[in-house]
Amino acid sequence: MAQPLVKKDDDRDDEMDYSPFMGIEKGAVLQEARVFNDPQLDARRCSQVITKLLYLLNQGEAFTKVEATEVFFSVTKLFQSKDIGLRRMVYLIIKELSPSADEVIIVTSSLMKDMNSRTDMYRANAIRVLCRITDGTLLTQIERYLKQAIVDKNPVVASAALVSGIHLLQTNPEIVKRWSNEVQEAVQSRAALVQFHALALLHQIRQNDRLAVSKLVTSLTKGSVRSPLAQCLLIRYTSQVIRESGISQTGDRPFYDYLESCLRHKAEMVIFEAARAITELNGVTTRELTPAITVLQLFLSSSKPVLRFAAVRTLNKVAMTHPMAVTNCNIDMESLISDQNRSIATLAITTLLKTGNESSVDRLMKQITNFMSDIADEFKIVVVEAIRSLCLKFPLKYRSLMNFLSNILREEGGFEYKKAIVDSIVILIRDIPDAKEGGLLHLCEFIEDCEFTYLSTQILHFLGNEGPKTSDPSKYIRYIYNRVILENATVRASAVSTLAKFGALVDSLKPRIFVLLKRCLFDSDDEVRDRATLYLNTLGGDGAVVETDEEVKEFLFGSLGVPLTNLETSLKNYEPSDEPFDIHSVPKEVKSQPLAEKKAPGKKPTGLAAPPVAPTSTVDAYERLLSSIPEFAGYGKLFKSSAPVELTEAETEYAVNVVKHIFDSHVVFQYNCTNTIPEQLLENVSVIVDASEAEEFAEVDPSTGEAEEDGVEDEYQLEDLEVVSADYMLKVGVSNFRNAWESLGADCEKIDEYGLGPMESLTEAVNAVISLLGMQPCEGTEVVPSNSRSHTCLLSGVYIGNLKVLVRLSFGVGGPKEVAMKLAVRSEDISVSDAIHEIVASG
Amino acid sequence: MESCPAIKNILLLDSEGKRVAVNYYSDDWPTNAAKEAFEKAVFAKTQKTNARAEAEITMFDNYIVVYKFAQDLHFFVTGSDNENEIILASVLQGFFDAVGILLRGNVEKKESLENLDLILLCLDEIVDGGIVLETDANVIAGKVASNSVDSGAPLSEQTISQALATAREHLARSLLK
Repeated sequence: MAQPLVKKDDDRDDEMDYSPFMGIEKGAVLQEARVFNDPQLDARRCSQVITKLLYLLNQGEAFTKVEATEVFFSVTKLFQSKDIGLRRMVYLIIKELSPSADEVIIVTSSLMKDMNSRTDMYRANAIRVLCRITDGTLLTQIERYLKQAIVDKNPVVASAALVSGIHLLQTNPEIVKRWSNEVQEAVQSRAALVQFHALALLHQIRQNDRLAVSKLVTSLTKGSVRSPLAQCLLIRYTSQVIRESGISQTGDRPFYDYLESCLRHKAEMVIFEAARAITELNGVTTRELTPAITVLQLFLSSSKPVLRFAAVRTLNKVAMTHPMAVTNCNIDMESLISDQNRSIATLAITTLLKTGNESSVDRLMKQITNFMSDIADEFKIVVVEAIRSLCLKFPLKYRSLMNFLSNILREEGGFEYKKAIVDSIVILIRDIPDAKEGGLLHLCEFIEDCEFTYLSTQILHFLGNEGPKTSDPSKYIRYIYNRVILENATVRASAVSTLAKFGALVDSLKPRIFVLLKRCLFDSDDEVRDRATLYLNTLGGDGAVVETDEEVKEFLFGSLGVPLTNLETSLKNYEPSDEPFDIHSVPKEVKSQPLAEKKAPGKKPTGLAAPPVAPTSTVDAYERLLSSIPEFAGYGKLFKSSAPVELTEAETEYAVNVVKHIFDSHVVFQYNCTNTIPEQLLENVSVIVDASEAEEFAEVDPSTGEAEEDGVEDEYQLEDLEVVSADYMLKVGVSNFRNAWESLGADCEKIDEYGLGPMESLTEAVNAVISLLGMQPCEGTEVVPSNSRSHTCLLSGVYIGNLKVLVRLSFGVGGPKEVAMKLAVRSEDISVSDAIHEIVASG
Repeated sequence: MESCPAIKNILLLDSEGKRVAVNYYSDDWPTNAAKEAFEKAVFAKTQKTNARAEAEITMFDNYIVVYKFAQDLHFFVTGSDNENEIILASVLQGFFDAVGILLRGNVEKKESLENLDLILLCLDEIVDGGIVLETDANVIAGKVASNSVDSGAPLSEQTISQALATAREHLARSLLK
């Protein structure tokens, strides 16, 4: 009785995860593939086995080379069968196995036979398979058939040949280019997709010929393209032509009428493609935009999510540059905030935030509040950033926007999200004075319950800078001192610093701060205690650490004056000794030299013999080294040390490089000689410099280790060394180039123009001039946007003698890759400006 | 932008995110592990949405993914983020409807695995190396189905045993339903 019941259960289980491929195993299937070799082929069974093989491949099972070859060879036998279904599967598996060149030969003749078959399906598929697996040599053999196929009556065959042509163009362009007559004919085909594929191929053949593309577009836009896909292609090609031709004298844009007419096409994909093309036109005018915006607006209320998404995404982009043009869609957009599709909703909100006007802000915020609870963090960050820019646009609305930010700050969220919110509040406090007090309190409340140490310390630091300047600084003290009681050591330490800042700036609070700081002296953490002690002494004003209030403030609020990375490397290089670390020895250059080798082990100078010099990483290490050698001690402060210049080929017995040290009126060359052969010892090494061009020279004799009994004298020719002008220039950046430029004034300005000759690209020209001058590019102007035909690059630096130099370079391309440059130099001394021009003129 | 519309991949997954059939046309995912990771991410991102009535769309990792579900099958088409969304959707619709025709309306995992050959041929007829071949479901299904009608091979070539096997299989299939 029980048995049928059990059986029924089994049945149902089977049905639940029944699969024809259950328990399939590669080895077994490969065994099964032997049926391909049967003299009497069973087409159905063979198809099933191929399906299994394809299933395995599709599931990501890898066949070894041997297995694949074996299967491939037995599959080739199946060309004997005339079963169409089986043949299709054979085509599929050959493509999947992607046989090697020597294997391809075996199927070539079978496939070529199929290419000329009367059955259209055979022709089309054989072309696709053959073109997929073939190489260049075979292609010339089948070229004739392919040309025929392109103009074949059957659209499937023609498409197969055309699509194969598109793929082959990547590998064998010279062959495919010969087909352009046939392809041209196919463009006129009545079959929609043939036209599409032909157009794609024709354009790719001619894409480097601007005139030909322009002609193609001119003739086709008159209206012979039927397929929507081909129409989309044509729109893309048209906007390319528009981009390259610019606006005509009359102010009309060529082909704009065509794009506009496509907005009335019946296929949605064409309408959208045209609308998108119009919004992306260079310098599009409001008049040109309007019709495109109108159709996109219609899409916004479509029932299809894809259309809504496409439209809102495009409008979002438009809103970045033309917010006013999008405002008409605001009502439709607002209804999208509740869209099921969260991507659409987020895009709608961020667009609205870009286009919204002052009066709609409050309503918008109400809607967003409901929306925020059910979207992912990544979307929330986008929204927070949009709200920040909205608030900067409408400072009067800061109250509601700040409230919104503080509300979401209290809710759950990951680090990135919280950081985005905190950053936004900080920026708002900075830029909107009225928002300061409220914003600071929001931040204070946030750190009361903040799980992220990084954010807590950032906020405490900010609070220390801004809090004392508010009307009632005392109310923040409670929040800050709570941190000292409740938090981990890192946060406690930064809370102590913040307290000290309040104490320094607000005299009325000073005694109370003192009490609090004294309590911190009993903290369990070193850093917290150290800071408390330091600040107590600093603020105590007993003259032990600093003398005046000014110095206290400078100490607490002033910037370090050196880049942090440089300070870090200097501290790492500092060795504990009687001499205290001097922050003035930290180089101020923005880019520290890349770390070369580690310092050699023995570095104590012994008498006159110089130490074994090894390249060290920072200028200050060089400086200490040089000043420790009596001969150089009187040269004054080191201005700049160059990066090591190799004077020997790599892989030689002795590798020699040179570092150029520039002093105010001296140049010292430091030759670093490295012995690359362990069995050999270098002794009494001297460098002989033929200083025909150098201004000063010095010799350094590095000798290493203990001497052996008998040595061999040897002489070695080194390469020439050049002191270039860039060696006299320090890379020092300025934060605001414009201000610096204005403040230097036009008194010492020199402007001249130079032709740089043929250059591959503007980037090359810019980089060449920058490295020639050895100056620091400012404001990211060393990056040249691709395809631009002119570029302005800003450089700053300090020339020897501590003279500030600013350079404005304007590059332009004229003629075939001919680059011209206008060089404007301003500096503190006219002779320096002249020197810069000389460098460029001689470079 | 000036290039031909390109399809990055077409995926057919089951209701647990496992592969039924997938086709990749781009080198963006060089290894099987990368492909599986992408499929997992797509599935996780879309499984809670309702894409049964209309094709849905999402964007992540700089890809646009359009998708549609039917019973325990999930259909996906991926393109780059500057692709025309509506072209991607038309490819998806072509695939979805063609599978519907080929499986005679039984669009479900079991049926699709039993007719995996048809699904694979269908994928082969929609996109070739990333280029759209055909988007009309009827034409696609027609191209795939024309294979089962043996116009080239006369019936006489089938042996009696083969014919019997065919008949038996058809019978078994109809009984299973």
